[in-house]
Amino acid sequence: MNAVRSAGRPTDRRVPARRPGGSGPLFAAPFLVFFVLFLVVPLLWGLWLSFTDSSLTGRGDAAFAGLGNYTEALTDSRMWESIGNTVVFTLLSTVPLVLFALVMALLVHTGLPGQWLWRLSFFAPYLVPSAVVWQVGVLLYQPDSGMLNTLLQSAGLDAIAWLDDEKYAMWSVVLITVWWTVGFNFLLYLAALQAVPEHLYEAAAIDGAGAWRRLWSITLPQLHRTTALIGVLQILASLKVFDQIFLLTKGGPNGATRPVLEYIYDTGFTGYRLGYAAAMSYVFFALLLVLSVGQFKLFARKEV
Amino acid sequence: MTVTAETFSPPRTRTPAVPRQRRGATRRTRRSTRPQQVLGPGPAAKAAALAALVLMTVVWLAPLAWTLATSLKNETDAASIGDGWLPANGFTMDAYSKILSQGKLPVWALNSLIVAVAVTAITVAISAAAAYAFSRTSFRGRRLLFGATLASIMVPPQILIVPMFREMLALGLVDTYAGMILPQVVMPPMVYILKKFFDGIPPELEDAARIDGAGHLRVFTSMVLPLSRPILAAVSIFVFITTWNNFLWPFISTSDQSLMTLPVGLATVKDAYGLQYAQTAASALIAAVPLIVVFMVAQRQIVKSVATTGLGGQ
Repeated sequence: MNAVRSAGRPTDRRVPARRPGGSGPLFAAPFLVFFVLFLVVPLLWGLWLSFTDSSLTGRGDAAFAGLGNYTEALTDSRMWESIGNTVVFTLLSTVPLVLFALVMALLVHTGLPGQWLWRLSFFAPYLVPSAVVWQVGVLLYQPDSGMLNTLLQSAGLDAIAWLDDEKYAMWSVVLITVWWTVGFNFLLYLAALQAVPEHLYEAAAIDGAGAWRRLWSITLPQLHRTTALIGVLQILASLKVFDQIFLLTKGGPNGATRPVLEYIYDTGFTGYRLGYAAAMSYVFFALLLVLSVGQFKLFARKEV
Repeated sequence: MTVTAETFSPPRTRTPAVPRQRRGATRRTRRSTRPQQVLGPGPAAKAAALAALVLMTVVWLAPLAWTLATSLKNETDAASIGDGWLPANGFTMDAYSKILSQGKLPVWALNSLIVAVAVTAITVAISAAAAYAFSRTSFRGRRLLFGATLASIMVPPQILIVPMFREMLALGLVDTYAGMILPQVVMPPMVYILKKFFDGIPPELEDAARIDGAGHLRVFTSMVLPLSRPILAAVSIFVFITTWNNFLWPFISTSDQSLMTLPVGLATVKDAYGLQYAQTAASALIAAVPLIVVFMVAQRQIVKSVATTGLGGQ
């Protein structure tokens, strides 16, 4: 969001001693070469592929399919189901990922001793690769001797088939995602809290405002921009969920947790239908764009 | 608002009437007033905050603690019902010695290191040079190219995977280090972050160098880069973490076990050997430890990089 807004801001006045025909392009060249090779080319290539019935290896003639892949995508009930799963995942994960991050940051910001320990324990999971999250997930959700079922049983409750029961699978994925990624938002909130001007609290203290009053009338309003930013980033990130679901459940049981990116991956790399996978990628990209523009408009209006 | 004891006690924050505190007092004051600003003053609020903090920390550390406990069991104990945190047959290092002697873990760790270091070096070098070009030089098409770089932040990398794989096939880079490394070096947010930082360097410094006859290359290497050390460190750490943890692209671009990175190797081997819970736990911890150590060493830089590079995401 920031990026978009400041793009229009003139920065030229800061550039001293403009030298036309200087070596500027040479500095940009290496990046631009990679940019074209590994971003622009695949982007256009993918667009081309989406109009063909190309296979993974590219052997044989890929017939031009026109809009066939797109009409198929739009009527593919499994694609819409996977989009539905993605949306459900996003709704279920975003709220706790914002709320927990806020609560953690507020508590850590109180300045209680042991700062490094709190920071480390909330942020450490974020440092863990998704493949490790998978392994931790297995150990948590293991039906017989996993941590959660051990806890349930010691409390006298029945064990749950966390990842194999359609009722619980999505919740299990959300649970571990919150554990894994909340640290990032937590740090963003922590940085924002440190920037809240001190004099606001001093004034409030003089007026005798209580703790809740300060939280509701100063801290949260001051964090408003951060909350909006985190919310937007989180929604976009959650919509792109792939790694942990692919590794934990392979989209199962019975497709109950399969997000749209996994369906695209399955189509392209397991089903070898690259053209169709590319078309679905672009449908998904279009949905993301519409959503981002919508979010941006909403966000921009609130700012005014 | 309810009237509390607070109303009757004098405000604890510094008032204008009180002269500047002596050095010894400053630290204590900062520690005791700052917290009260967000929560409440008084021992009750503090105790409640501490309790909540401890509870959340325990919950957040429990999965890692469970992984550690499991990694120290033998396989029978690790899979047996109701064993809980303590194994029937005592703790053992068996799982660690097995995966380190038989598995490919050391090879994968080395591959991860090679890929992450290479990606970080190339990304930072080309992004910094491009940011310099966009920030402090002028040439035709500069704005357009920077605009394109910014716009590309909107492209989700996942939709590039399919055509990128075909491109790698065409270039003959599947199952090579280059094929794993090169596509990961395009990180437009890093260019944006560095450009913003370079924009803030005062022009007067550059003018002085110019009068001494320095060209762009001299200005870039002996003025801009040294001044940008903190942001370069933050960006490097962020790129390193992202690359070390990246799963999807290395997973797709390699099928050769001796080329796999740590995350890819770990994820693939579960299919190969079935589930050995203690070994799973041990390898998870071995894979997680390097970055946790990096974090403990470079905490401040990482916090800063997350704060300034909010565009990161999962």
